[in-house]
Amino acid sequence: MDLKLRVWRQKDRNSSGKLVEYDARDIDPEMSFLEMLDVVNERLIDSGDEPIAFDHDCREGICGACSATINGIPHGPHRATTVCQLHMRHFQDGDTLTIEPFRARAFPVIRDLMVDRTAFDRIVEAGGYISVGTGSAPEANTLPIPKDQAERAMDAASCIGCGACVAACKNASAMLFVAAKSSHLNTLPQGKPEKERRVLSMVAAMDEAGFGNCTNQYECSAVCPKSISEDFIGQLNREYFVASIKQQFTTK
Amino acid sequence: MGFAETVGLRNLGSLESGKMYCGVAVIVFSLSNFMEKTTARLFRSSLGKKYVMAVSGVILLLFVIGHLIGNLQIFAHPDVINAYAHFLQNLGPGLWAVRLILLATVVAHIWSAVELTIENRRARPDSYEVKDTIQASYASRTMRISGFIVLAFILFHLAHFTLQVVNPEYQDLYTELADGTVVHDVHTMMVAGFQNVWISLFYIVAIGLLSVHLRHGIASMLQSLGWRNRKIAGPLEKVSIGLSILYFAGNAAIPLAIMAGFVS
Ligand code: HEM
Ligand code: FES
Repeated sequence: MDLKLRVWRQKDRNSSGKLVEYDARDIDPEMSFLEMLDVVNERLIDSGDEPIAFDHDCREGICGACSATINGIPHGPHRATTVCQLHMRHFQDGDTLTIEPFRARAFPVIRDLMVDRTAFDRIVEAGGYISVGTGSAPEANTLPIPKDQAERAMDAASCIGCGACVAACKNASAMLFVAAKSSHLNTLPQGKPEKERRVLSMVAAMDEAGFGNCTNQYECSAVCPKSISEDFIGQLNREYFVASIKQQFTTK
Repeated sequence: MGFAETVGLRNLGSLESGKMYCGVAVIVFSLSNFMEKTTARLFRSSLGKKYVMAVSGVILLLFVIGHLIGNLQIFAHPDVINAYAHFLQNLGPGLWAVRLILLATVVAHIWSAVELTIENRRARPDSYEVKDTIQASYASRTMRISGFIVLAFILFHLAHFTLQVVNPEYQDLYTELADGTVVHDVHTMMVAGFQNVWISLFYIVAIGLLSVHLRHGIASMLQSLGWRNRKIAGPLEKVSIGLSILYFAGNAAIPLAIMAGFVS
């Protein structure tokens, strides 16, 4: 198949970028989107041009490294799929594809389609962990967890931190990410003791990083490659409210 | 320091009555200190501003529903709505308390809307060259513009029927109830007001926009407060749409009935 690509080219963080047109001819419909970009890049290199920089690692939809917005939709038109798992058969011969980076103030562009998602790391550093002494893992059966609770926690834990929720949100809000990371731990008995401190500091880190605010449109859940539910945002809203009040009644 | 100690409760038992005022002052001070710290978080954080938006939205929603029910009395005998309006106008301090609460609510709602909008714009300085929407409703994408026009409408509405500066002759409309009390003739004022096609049209359009605002607002406020989940999401959407349509129909019925001559 033959495609017309309009790709965002930006030299570095401080330069301004622009869309550049490329013809992608003879693309195999069985290729993944990133393999298609590989082919385009090889041709660019052959003709002495700079290849298009994009993030990728596992290419099997589990690491969260890949990130690109295709025709205005992060990770492209196919639901519940990362761009590395998106196949060219979902497009038509002759399509024009506009490929841009994830756009948010908190995700500055490093080069072309690559963005800096360190802001997510800072949010996790603020509370996405459990403070326990490390050592050998305890016997699993000493801490029974109801099945539905375990499943809920697993649903939240399936977040791969790709940032598509931020990219899709009309306000570049990171609520789905923060909600998934906090709910995952808050739902489990190991995470419960630090629940309040966790939501307060993770939300503070989120605000600090310059993300926007949720307007309850759920573009995030719709675009999420792991289909994480906006219910976790509701849970975060509830837990943050309770934590804000409770904080005033506790020492320190 | 524990909460009891913070608010001075521990010392309260040992207070002699002479020091009572001092104790009360400590409690008031500590309580305001407590409120201040809590509200600082609630008003400054992103989620806190959403709570302000949602709570003020709930209050405004309850008000507009109550207001509509009051207005629908236009379809009864003129004395009914005139007596009702007379009752409201004579609440005295109660009326002013309600007015102040509503004013504060509107200010809070608009303040949070403006604050959040500025932050949201700032969060994406470079917009996408190609924009798309997967499933966000039309209502949810037009909250700012629908809210803004509704605000303009509220101001006009107050000038029109509350302050009566648009048509000063409304101030001289009086009528006598069955028991002989002379009251402001609200019924005639409404009929006269809505006989103007342009005014009726403006009311209907504005109410339409408010209904669109509520179509997203009703479901949204529950999510902002953390009371929504996917189990109730389906029914909640239906309630939002149903309530917005009912609200629109109820309000639009008034100018339409007057223009059609059903109410005179
Ligand atoms: C009688 C008038 C009004 C009523 C009953 C009303 C009701 C509501 C409700 C229930 C919400 C949902 C709260 C939430 O999402 O947490 C809301 C949100 C909102 N309102 Fe209003 N509102 C009114 C007037 C206004 C005005 C005058 C403005 C702006 C100038 C405005 C702007 C907004 C905005 C920007 C949102 C946030 C939408 C979002 O989060 O997506 N509203 N309103
Ligand atoms: S490259 Fe790992 S998820 Fe796409």
